[in-house]
Amino acid sequence: MMTVRAVGRASSFSGIAKFRELGLLAFIILLSLFVQWRNPSFLSLENIDDLITNTAILSILAVGMMLVIVTRGIDLSIGATLALSGMITAMVVGSFPALPPVLAMLLGIAVGIVCGSLLGGLVAKIGIFPIIASLGMMNVFRGLTFMVSGGKWVSAHQMPDSFKAIATGSVFGINRLVFIAVLIYLIFYYFINHTRTGRQIYAVGSNPESAKISGISTTKVVWLVYSIMGALSGLAGVLWVSKFASAQGDTAMGYELSVIAACVLGGVSIAGGSGKISGIILGSILLGILNNALPLINVSPFWQNAIQGFIILVAIVINVWVKRGVERNHLLRRNM
Amino acid sequence: MKPDGVLGEQKMTLKRFFLQWEWMLVLIFLLVNLVNAFLSPYYLDLISIRDATMTFLDKAFIVLPMVFILILGQIDISVASTVALSSVIMADLYNRGLPMEWAIVVCLAVGALCGWINGFLLVKFKELSSVIVTLGTMILYRGIAYIILEDQSAGKFPEWFSYLGWGYVGGIPFILIVFIVLAVIFGLVLHQTTFGRHLYAMGSNLTASQFSGIRTNRITLIVFTLAGLMAAVTALFLASRMGSTRPNVANGYELDVIAMAVLGGVSTAGGKGRMIGAVIAVFLIGLLRYGLGLVNVPAQTLLVIIGALLIFAVMVPKLSGLKRKTAHRLAGKN
Amino acid sequence: MAEYLLELREITKTFPGVKALDSVQFKLKPGEIHALMGENGAGKSTFIKVITGVHAPDAGEILFNGEKVELKHPRDAQKLGIAAIYQHVTCYPDLSVTENIFMGHELLAKRTKRILWKEMHAEAKKWLKELGADFDPRTQMGSLSVAQQQIVEISKALSMDAKIIIMDEPTAALTQRESEELYKIAERLRDKGVSIIFITHRFEDMYRLASRVTVFRDSRYIGTWKIDEISHDDLIVAMVGREVSQLFPEKKASKGEELLRVEGLGKNGYFADVSFTLHRGEILGLTGLVGAGRSELCQAIYGISPYDRGKLFLRGKETRIQNPLQAIGSGIGYLPEDRQKQGLILEWGIDRNITLPVLHKFSNKGWLNRKQEQKMAKNLADKLLVKANSIFASAASLSGGNQQKIVVAKLLAADLDILILDEPTKGVDVGAKSAIYEIIHDLAAQGYGIILVSSEMPEVIGMSDRILVMRSGRLSAILDSDGVTQEMILQAAMGTHAVDQPLRQRA
Repeated sequence: MMTVRAVGRASSFSGIAKFRELGLLAFIILLSLFVQWRNPSFLSLENIDDLITNTAILSILAVGMMLVIVTRGIDLSIGATLALSGMITAMVVGSFPALPPVLAMLLGIAVGIVCGSLLGGLVAKIGIFPIIASLGMMNVFRGLTFMVSGGKWVSAHQMPDSFKAIATGSVFGINRLVFIAVLIYLIFYYFINHTRTGRQIYAVGSNPESAKISGISTTKVVWLVYSIMGALSGLAGVLWVSKFASAQGDTAMGYELSVIAACVLGGVSIAGGSGKISGIILGSILLGILNNALPLINVSPFWQNAIQGFIILVAIVINVWVKRGVERNHLLRRNM
Repeated sequence: MKPDGVLGEQKMTLKRFFLQWEWMLVLIFLLVNLVNAFLSPYYLDLISIRDATMTFLDKAFIVLPMVFILILGQIDISVASTVALSSVIMADLYNRGLPMEWAIVVCLAVGALCGWINGFLLVKFKELSSVIVTLGTMILYRGIAYIILEDQSAGKFPEWFSYLGWGYVGGIPFILIVFIVLAVIFGLVLHQTTFGRHLYAMGSNLTASQFSGIRTNRITLIVFTLAGLMAAVTALFLASRMGSTRPNVANGYELDVIAMAVLGGVSTAGGKGRMIGAVIAVFLIGLLRYGLGLVNVPAQTLLVIIGALLIFAVMVPKLSGLKRKTAHRLAGKN
Repeated sequence: MAEYLLELREITKTFPGVKALDSVQFKLKPGEIHALMGENGAGKSTFIKVITGVHAPDAGEILFNGEKVELKHPRDAQKLGIAAIYQHVTCYPDLSVTENIFMGHELLAKRTKRILWKEMHAEAKKWLKELGADFDPRTQMGSLSVAQQQIVEISKALSMDAKIIIMDEPTAALTQRESEELYKIAERLRDKGVSIIFITHRFEDMYRLASRVTVFRDSRYIGTWKIDEISHDDLIVAMVGREVSQLFPEKKASKGEELLRVEGLGKNGYFADVSFTLHRGEILGLTGLVGAGRSELCQAIYGISPYDRGKLFLRGKETRIQNPLQAIGSGIGYLPEDRQKQGLILEWGIDRNITLPVLHKFSNKGWLNRKQEQKMAKNLADKLLVKANSIFASAASLSGGNQQKIVVAKLLAADLDILILDEPTKGVDVGAKSAIYEIIHDLAAQGYGIILVSSEMPEVIGMSDRILVMRSGRLSAILDSDGVTQEMILQAAMGTHAVDQPLRQRA
């Protein structure tokens, strides 16, 4: 009898996860159909391409943020890291136009890793709360961005075409940005599901104490996670600057909140331990559609924020309701 | 087992007294002033310091309830959006013909409502963390402000309204007086009342607080509503100083405010911190900004300094306490 | 092969300010179940941590199979085949059973280091089956019952080829039936040649399973005996250091008027149709298996999670309790089961803890009067003979028994006449137990009506006037404590018709 009950519970557990993703997918489809009905150009190739390229950077960052949140952390500094690495890369590329794009990307990633591991050290080694540590580092990185640039912009004409092509060119007929994003999903899907280190990230988030007893170095894992986040932010910085062909001191200010929102919509639990790549892709796409579709259906772009905020609130509340409903059913089913 | 005299009085040793975080802050505060005075001969001018307070005190009003919220072990990142929304609604209604007095009342009411919604969501949906709830409302509130004003600004307030942000009472800035009075009230409530004690209890152990008969839901609701209300107070002073308001006003204030509270020794884990520390931190950061501004240090460099200061502030007790705490933890686990 | 699989000699471990182990020794034979007993704070937990490599000892040596070994890291212990199953199951609730079993020693592909999921699931299934469990290894750990989670933990130990399994109070959170399953598993493991160190508070566990018992007291080694070599009383003396001649004090109180009456109380999914009365001066025992709904019933009466059916009468008047504040105001107090999580604010001083529920008593319009507060706290702490340096000493620094006294003091601070004590002696050592019994009797004599929730049969029988027994959410018996036996209670708790369920109940 014991066993039967537990299995029942277990299946509804995974049921919730499935419901969440299917629900999100259904919502995305309904939303798309609605927008398409109002404006047939929504599902045009051109617009879809636009939508996907705009979502790519968001979802790349969301992958890193998911790992951070899985370890019960949060990183508010990624917008600043993105700006700093984008700025440094743009300035270097501006001075050495001959620099191959791959090296430029590596440079951006390297800057990001430095930022991320610095933050990771504060969180993992010294034990400062992630929200506070990343808040402080956000200020530092943002300030540094202004300082290295002297408050000036790096604009399109200072960048060689090869650099701008990083985000705008195409590989095998697919936009490079999208190609990079998909590559990153695949790499990280494999990493978190099929490697020991990847699973350790979830173990640390699920129960840090037992992780220690199991011989997992939580310090290293947490450090690694923030460094990965930094690396992805650095990469995103290069992509951002390349895509918009400009690097500014206030690049991506506040973008971290959209990234966190994408994770939350995608079902990543702030309590740690759970989160899936497929979920955050859906979350990012939903946010991307909202940004993309509103102008198409003649909603003033000024509604965008409010709708986003509202959807986030609705999503988390529905989530709680479903969970509670499942639990109540269990209680009622329990025979007395 | 001697019942008598065993449970004696606690001795506040001199060492203990001076090891408090607030002294560290005072020290940094003095250091900042010393460096400032050294760098700029104009710094130690009381008149200009007095006027400087007027520029940084607007957001300080939110620091007061933020200390409450952090002590509860919660966080509210929607406060800056509340500032924007309440000021935008006030300006819009005034421009549509509502008398300014009523517009101010509406501003305060909107602020309180925004805060109440946060509290309500957290009380109704206990499974949710305040980071997520207030992240959602943060985007929502500012979004509504954008719907109302789009990218316009609104203002042209009546003459007397500017008094809030620019006026003096007996040579002292009005805003400074209001802040000091409110800070004293918040401090007394936190440290001398049952309400304050309940806040600390909830932040330290929520379950035990519930079992002890504390009305945790009501307190959460009150504290978040208070945060919204104080955000509206900030909105008033900010709108008065600027003479107008925009939907993107007070951008990033939430982080400044949290940084000030944390620098003041309030733990984000809940249950720890004092009002005086946060108040010192307000002046510390404000005067630092002002002083470095005098010697033409760009605002961006200040960001770095403040960020580093914040990290430093939370790092010092960690580093010095690290050894002791590890030992304690190990022994405690035994 | 050496006579002893594991031998620890003169092990000493000191933490700043605390000597956790003082020249302790221990010898474990291959294929035996060895009970390790001692009061809380006797050093058992530190001892496990030394064996499992979590803490390195300051002095002494560890011999494995007759050879000297050094255990500096949990991995070192793992390599030797030493595994521990902790009191509170230390699992990863978000991960699958398979992952829980293989955490730290996943099966990896030779070259790519890829995790071999299929193989791991199959292997996990095999281990679970061997332990008689049939749930799917892909199940999420968090959705299993505690007993099932323990089976997973044991599978984990087996999958690491454990030769020594340490079980740290594994039966603490299990029902009788689940404990019995666990005993069976332990015996099966022993028969396969695994040595088991079984740490427990329950004599029942020890008698049922172990062949030898080692006792620690105050961080020291007291002795090792064969189970049939030492009498029950001698064992208690070894653990406590003195004779606990009369654990349960003489009853002094006399029954007064009716305080509390509940009729048909129910709460969906937790309990149903509960009716009883409580009188002044009466101690009403409430027992039943874990999960029978005892705590839920008490918390409903206290207003933590209100009941949804039935009526509650206080001193004859119907009352509806919605929240703890109202309960306290109506004279009902509750001593929660988990004093550290539900009863105390550990980092606070004794004074603030005691006065937390009654701050209104020394406040004027919300303003606190500290002097009055401290006076009251001191009076109560003195009255209950709390051992501490001052009333400002943090609750965390106190022993389990003294912590419990603080929680009792919280109840006394309020003006109550009904006390619900949920497992008041859980995790308290034998010496402090009798002190708490004494206090409970004094309270009854002072006119409190007391509901004593307990899983320990002797305690319920020794303390109560009447005994309520719950079984899956319902009252299955109300027994008079005169002449009641453990068997009668057990039968009421588990169901008279043993045929209903596949009971493997011990006679």
